[in-house]
Amino acid sequence: MTTAAIAQPVNQASDNAAGLLTSVTQIARRVLLKFIRSPQLVVVGTLQGAMFLLIFRYVFGGAITTPGIDYVNFVVPGFIATGVLFNAMYSAVGMAEDLEAGLIARLRSLPIPRSAVLVGRALADTGIQVWGLVITIAIGFAVGFRLHDTLPAALEAAALIVLFGIVFEWLFLLMGMIAGSPQASQGFALLIFPLTFVSSAYVPVASMPAWLQGFAENQPVTVMVNAVRTLTEGAPAEALVGHPASYFVVRSLIWSLALIAIFAPLAVAKYRRG
Amino acid sequence: MLEITPTVEAMGVSKRFGATKALDGLDFTMRPGQVTAVLGPNGAGKTTFVNLLATLLRADAGTLRVCGADVRRDPAAVRRMVALAGQFAAVEPAMTGRENVEMVARLFGQSRRDARRNAAEVLEHIGLTEAADRTVRGYSGGMRRRLDLGASLVGRPRLLLLDEPTTGLDPRSRNELWDVIRSLVHRGTDVLLTTQYLDEADHLASHVVIIDHGRAVASGAPRELKRLVGRTVVEVHVREASDLERVAATLGAISDSDPYIDVPARSVRAGLDADTNRVFAALRPLDDTGIVIDEVAVRAPTLDEAFLTLTGNPQEDVA
Ligand SMILES: Nc1ncnc2c1ncn2[C@@H]1O[C@H](COP(=O)(O)OP(=O)(O)OP(=O)(O)O)[C@@H](O)[C@H]1O
Ligand SMILES: [Mg+2]
Repeated sequence: MTTAAIAQPVNQASDNAAGLLTSVTQIARRVLLKFIRSPQLVVVGTLQGAMFLLIFRYVFGGAITTPGIDYVNFVVPGFIATGVLFNAMYSAVGMAEDLEAGLIARLRSLPIPRSAVLVGRALADTGIQVWGLVITIAIGFAVGFRLHDTLPAALEAAALIVLFGIVFEWLFLLMGMIAGSPQASQGFALLIFPLTFVSSAYVPVASMPAWLQGFAENQPVTVMVNAVRTLTEGAPAEALVGHPASYFVVRSLIWSLALIAIFAPLAVAKYRRG
Repeated sequence: MLEITPTVEAMGVSKRFGATKALDGLDFTMRPGQVTAVLGPNGAGKTTFVNLLATLLRADAGTLRVCGADVRRDPAAVRRMVALAGQFAAVEPAMTGRENVEMVARLFGQSRRDARRNAAEVLEHIGLTEAADRTVRGYSGGMRRRLDLGASLVGRPRLLLLDEPTTGLDPRSRNELWDVIRSLVHRGTDVLLTTQYLDEADHLASHVVIIDHGRAVASGAPRELKRLVGRTVVEVHVREASDLERVAATLGAISDSDPYIDVPARSVRAGLDADTNRVFAALRPLDDTGIVIDEVAVRAPTLDEAFLTLTGNPQEDVA
């Protein structure tokens, strides 16, 4: 028996597919274009961050005592480090929007490597994270934040923050996929509040009731915030939080690896299953 | 012996979601070189079938092949041949029409130059050249659907899957989309479209498969299916329910199947394979009986009626 397909003036199946690099670039480009062309996202996000920072700096700041260090120098590193969580909310909402709009279904039906969609988005979201950080840091300097340690230490802090951004990206991508709709994923993202507020980001953990301190002291956000704080503010900050920078850097790296090792495979598995 | 590989071949395909059997042993063959319509009511399993073909879902049982490639064993090959335009337009509102189409072209592995050229050609074909450089946010629903179709076309698929391509469009946008779909087969793309409207299948498809509860219940050329239903439907609404039987008997004389009596609606429906002229002749005897007739309608059959005739059951409202 001979089997012959009817002649068709279309591409042969063999070369009709994009490689990993092209796919990742195209998908990242789409996410970035969407961000850049949605001024409300950029403006609202920026204003919100600025407003919170101003409120903490000038409204609550006077009532919070941080022995040995100015409150502005205490809180700005906290804002910078927790900023990655608030910005990551955008990833969850964006992923859920794409799912709901059927964009992910279209991408999944295309002959591209399956990993390209998540990797492309993670790259683009990291770029968006860096943008958000630059804004927060600029506002921080404007309201009186200053570095009190070496430049290499500050750069180390910056690199850590980008790493934290990547870590939380996977958690939030997963949340976006589980939630399935932008509204629901915003609900999921409420998880951010206990993580950021019950941490050393805005107030010293010592000021919390004893039963909260156990959580606040050991959860990853505190460790990450303190790493950034001690790297940028040096000895006074180390004295206040009770450990040297290296203690927090090592622990924040361990947390980062652990969180990525858990959530990246979960996100990939969720994406594959659809 | 020379045999033509079917574009789509489904044998006993089943897919359940929890307790719901979305597809329940679907058998289906689609020959190349034509538009095939999958017709069915809400919840019949149309989207599920299309998603299986697009490799977005995996079947629980059965065999499914696209141009000879097994969807389960070689999904990558299937993805290279198939393009999907879903029930909702899957385009990025923040990008322009051109950017959307070029992105998909690049994802099909086309070089930057080819992508640009093919996108321009596709945009011309779907009538969006003028709007091509505006962001999709400002497009109408019809333009978005056409763009969605364009994005699916730019990879030059062998098989294009269209899931309810015109649902929610106004008649003019629908006609524009129909024109584009009709022109595809000439360019060598086979089209499988799903629809809830017999009318749409009739306009576009040369072969129609009716599915219900995840199974194929009938198939054939639109003309054959309509002949099963009757070419025209006469519907007579009477004032008194007690007159229904007599009206049914009268209509029965010109119908090739038993008229359907709808007691709550106080109406009788009959399919006719005859000239509309004969309807008036057939109704004339009712003149002298004193039966009060509120309304007489002569029209094309609806999907509901096709179902009624083909399955013997009124179409359930699943949604
Ligand atoms: N992801 C899912 N989870 C649970 N049930 C599902 C899922 N997808 C489909 N179903 C169910 O499977 C059946 C077939 O659904 P499908 O979407 O294929 O129907 P359809 O013919 O496309 O309907 P419509 O005309 O409304 O689009 C329905 O009963 C539906 O509720
Ligand atoms: Mg559907």
